[in-house]
Amino acid sequence: MNPLVLWFHKIGSPPTFYRIAGAFAPWLFGIAVLLGALALYGGLVLAPRDYQQGDAYRIIFVHVPCAWMGLFAYGFMAVNAFIALVWRIKLSEILAMASAPVGAAFTFITLVTGSLWGKPMWGTWWTWDARLTSELVLLFLYLGVIGLYHAIEDRRQAARAASFLALIGIINVPIVHFSVNWWNTLHQAQTVRLLGPSKISGDMIWPLLTMALATHLWFFASLLARARVGLLELEGGKDWARDVALAAAPGDNGTRS
Amino acid sequence: MTDFFAMGGYGTYIWPSYAVFLIVLAIDAIAPRLRRKRVLAELRGKLKRRQARETTP
Repeated sequence: MNPLVLWFHKIGSPPTFYRIAGAFAPWLFGIAVLLGALALYGGLVLAPRDYQQGDAYRIIFVHVPCAWMGLFAYGFMAVNAFIALVWRIKLSEILAMASAPVGAAFTFITLVTGSLWGKPMWGTWWTWDARLTSELVLLFLYLGVIGLYHAIEDRRQAARAASFLALIGIINVPIVHFSVNWWNTLHQAQTVRLLGPSKISGDMIWPLLTMALATHLWFFASLLARARVGLLELEGGKDWARDVALAAAPGDNGTRS
Repeated sequence: MTDFFAMGGYGTYIWPSYAVFLIVLAIDAIAPRLRRKRVLAELRGKLKRRQARETTP
């Protein structure tokens, strides 16, 4: 076997992944919290007031990074769901199912903060605008995947069924992203662009991008923590899981591997 | 300081937004830790039961 494939198999084996994830997750959580705090300081204190929206625009620093993560987590889940369905790799099933609750959390924050932003700016908590509606569908898709996964007794069959649903739901991701261009409704168009100049000033964009980085790191930290538990549960009968269970004292807080 | 918390009159919308963000992510961080504890306790219970079965004639 070539070295890359060999390396992949080694990383993908549950005990190895469990150990490596356990080493990485606390660091990712820590850096995410530090960067997040820095971004909050930049967004709430240092960034100037918006000339149109006053201070209300400051909700952007949590709303937009969480909205990006809602879509990113879905993409990550769908890729792993695809690998799980085609190659039946156990780790991919676990990763796909671990990203669903994190993505749901970010999507939920997006909807609530968006509602709190909509009230003072649009005069309404909710409207059936294309962006808002497709974002709500995104949350329901996450909840559907989580629900289906827990409704089936056999863990591996459950993961495959839920992966299938996750793959079907991918159609909603471009709809969420492009909805502000396709339908001209209440939600404002893109402000930050990867291609071409962003329509936002420098002292507002750095807290936004810092928070985006922080939420990405947070996603992977939470994902690894969840995947570890998932593997432990799935492989409960194996020797390595038994060793972990016996090594962990009853009062263990979960930081040691 | 009061000015800062008032947020130009939008404080009632901004602070709940940040509170939701922090609370939901805190739950997201705590949930896998609690589940890990439960799974490990279950595993240990299973091992103990099996051991008890094997030692008693």
